Amino acid sequence: MPGLTFEQIHQRLVEKFGDAVGPLSPPKKDPFCVFAAPRLGEICRFLKDDPALYFDFLEDLTATDHPKENLIRVVYHFYSYRHRHLFIAKVELDRKDPQVDSLEPLWKAANWMEREVFDLFGVTFRGHSDLRRILMPDDWVGNPLRKDYTESGGYRGISNVRDNPLDLYLNMDRQVRAEQAAAQSPEAAAPPAVAPKAEG
Amino acid sequence: MALDQLIVTKFGTDAEHEMILNMGPQHPSTHGVINFVVQADGEVMKKAVPQVGYLHRAIEKIGEIVTYPGFMPYTDRIDYLAAMFANEGYALAVEKLLGLQVPPRAQYLRAISCELNRIASHLISLGTMAMDIGAVTPFPYALRERESINDLLEALCGARLTYNYHRIGGVAFDMPEDWMPLCRKWLDHFEKILNEWDRLISFNEIFVERLAGMGTIPAEMAVNYGLVGPNLRASGVDFDLRRDEPYGAYPDFKFMIPIGTAYAGKHRGGQVGDCYDRFYCRVLECRESLLIVRQALDKFPDGEFMAKVPRKIKPEVGEAQSRIEAARGEMAYYVVSDGGERAYRVRARTGSFLAMGIIEDLSRGLMIADLVALIASLDVVAPEIDR
Amino acid sequence: MADQATKDLKGYSHDPGASAALVTTSTNLIEDLINWSRRSSMFYLLFGLACCGIELMQTGGPRADLDRFGSVPRATPRQSDLMIVAGTLTYKMAIRCKLLYEQMAEPKYVISMGSCANCGGLFQLSYSVVKGVDKIIPVDVYVPGCPPRPEALTEGFLRVQELIKREKLKTKMRPKKPGTGAGYDLPEVA
Repeated sequence: MPGLTFEQIHQRLVEKFGDAVGPLSPPKKDPFCVFAAPRLGEICRFLKDDPALYFDFLEDLTATDHPKENLIRVVYHFYSYRHRHLFIAKVELDRKDPQVDSLEPLWKAANWMEREVFDLFGVTFRGHSDLRRILMPDDWVGNPLRKDYTESGGYRGISNVRDNPLDLYLNMDRQVRAEQAAAQSPEAAAPPAVAPKAEG
Repeated sequence: MALDQLIVTKFGTDAEHEMILNMGPQHPSTHGVINFVVQADGEVMKKAVPQVGYLHRAIEKIGEIVTYPGFMPYTDRIDYLAAMFANEGYALAVEKLLGLQVPPRAQYLRAISCELNRIASHLISLGTMAMDIGAVTPFPYALRERESINDLLEALCGARLTYNYHRIGGVAFDMPEDWMPLCRKWLDHFEKILNEWDRLISFNEIFVERLAGMGTIPAEMAVNYGLVGPNLRASGVDFDLRRDEPYGAYPDFKFMIPIGTAYAGKHRGGQVGDCYDRFYCRVLECRESLLIVRQALDKFPDGEFMAKVPRKIKPEVGEAQSRIEAARGEMAYYVVSDGGERAYRVRARTGSFLAMGIIEDLSRGLMIADLVALIASLDVVAPEIDR
Repeated sequence: MADQATKDLKGYSHDPGASAALVTTSTNLIEDLINWSRRSSMFYLLFGLACCGIELMQTGGPRADLDRFGSVPRATPRQSDLMIVAGTLTYKMAIRCKLLYEQMAEPKYVISMGSCANCGGLFQLSYSVVKGVDKIIPVDVYVPGCPPRPEALTEGFLRVQELIKREKLKTKMRPKKPGTGAGYDLPEVA
């Protein structure tokens, strides 16, 4: 990679922004650093405009949910076509009310990616031009990619379980045998047929 | 209910002579189930807002439920037309987490299967583009060639469409003995077919006039909106992951990267980055893929086709990102591991998702028929958008 | 079992189990003529949702040609009498699927192609996938596969033709109008 390394980019950011830029994480396969959420806008503007860095491609914008640490981390991947270097940054948000500035004024690619994070994680992006659900139906309740998301039993009456065909056949067998037993010995009251077991 | 909100937020006041129409989601030419809400004054559109999510199958959530090797069939369904690329991207990300080295024979098999799949995917893309414009004949020609590629890949891995061929650490099966001469024979045949294709549709006067100068995306706009792959290269940006950030066996091959240079010609109003550029870049990419497969078959190494992989794949805590040059652009996988058997988060960022974001801004003032050509030239496919 | 399968289909009297029974029935000449003309020119609705849609296209393509049975793809439900649901049905798309089924004119038949349309397929773990298209519309033939080969879809198509061959005019079942006790509240079409 002819461009700058992660350490050099991180060094440059620390010189400019001080402690709004966290330390570079130990290289667990892909090093990243954590930005302070209130100053995300100006750091990203510097990333985009500075001639030595010149990150003109917002490659990925996604989020990970960490209920144990009570955080939602929004992950940004930046890439520069001019210098051919890559940088990964994260922002940590409170899980109760995750809000962060939108990067849409800088990179239009953020438009749809932020809508997806809003839809699936519930993160609000301030300054986004059109923040509404994109992948789920408009009347869907909940943010599906959160770790504590549970399904609410189907959508508009369409049930979300499908019985295992083996269970259906077993129940049919039991029913038929119960009917035969009831037919042969009518005084012995046959127990009612077992309800089919719902497989999630 | 949702449409009312959409009209209020996006369309503003509507004059009496404007219509708000729904194009899709079941539509023969929207390349899968995508909906466009179009505000049209007769034939000319004011705006076309895409609505997606009709094929959202929660593949990323399933990545947290099934094990690492068990997720491979789901990556096929992220882009079923170019399934080998999706397989490879995920395999590369997990191999990065594990620190595995893939043996050279497996890398060559991956490259060969991927390039054949690239040709198959481009054939569908070009055929459906021609069909959307109105030229129905090239589509069965493309399907006929695609059947031969399906036969070759079926001999290699057993499936015609969703291959599940690449595995973590290598590939699933070795090349059969008589596969190489069959493949070479088909490559020679396909080169003639590409010439026939050019005579049939690429240089067809009506086709070129229809697409020249339409839906032009300048290079700055393409980079800002995050376009990747042939869409980006047709706008003049000279970037291809196979050459610039190489992975796998690609450093061993010599091939050209087609860039958009207003192939339609100035006399027809062609501009760099118009729809015809995107079309013709894909035709040229098919030729380059042929070269790559020929070189790979000539240099094919011996050895293992699968590395030594532990029985239970449990990478250490960390995260990895892998990027591959898929048929529809750069696909980036981001896998977060927490040390267990199942991933903590799997993310696949695909090229079509970002390409949809540009349609709304490009569609101002176009006619509805031009919108169809624009969508076809961007080569969007619904599962890549919705996952 | 019929009870269970049609639990979500309260409005429809078309029982999938009965029509799949291979019982020989005798039809007279008029019925033979009508059945022959119906089954030899079945126009199918292009309802390719996902990967099976590509195999649907290949089945209509040059090698395994569906056109030799007299069937051509139509883009609109008003002109088609066979609906091949090819691919995964999500909740967002389910409303439209039902709408399209209702817009088709009688007599209409449905092939559920692929395991996602049969039962949810490998996406049964997903939160946004309808576990089988027969929760919404009645299905005549199920074609298994992921995706089914063109030969498999052709076989499913031929089975539908055999069903039509055995229809009797008097007992041809017609689905009731929905809304009469249907178990779900998807919007209805007049």
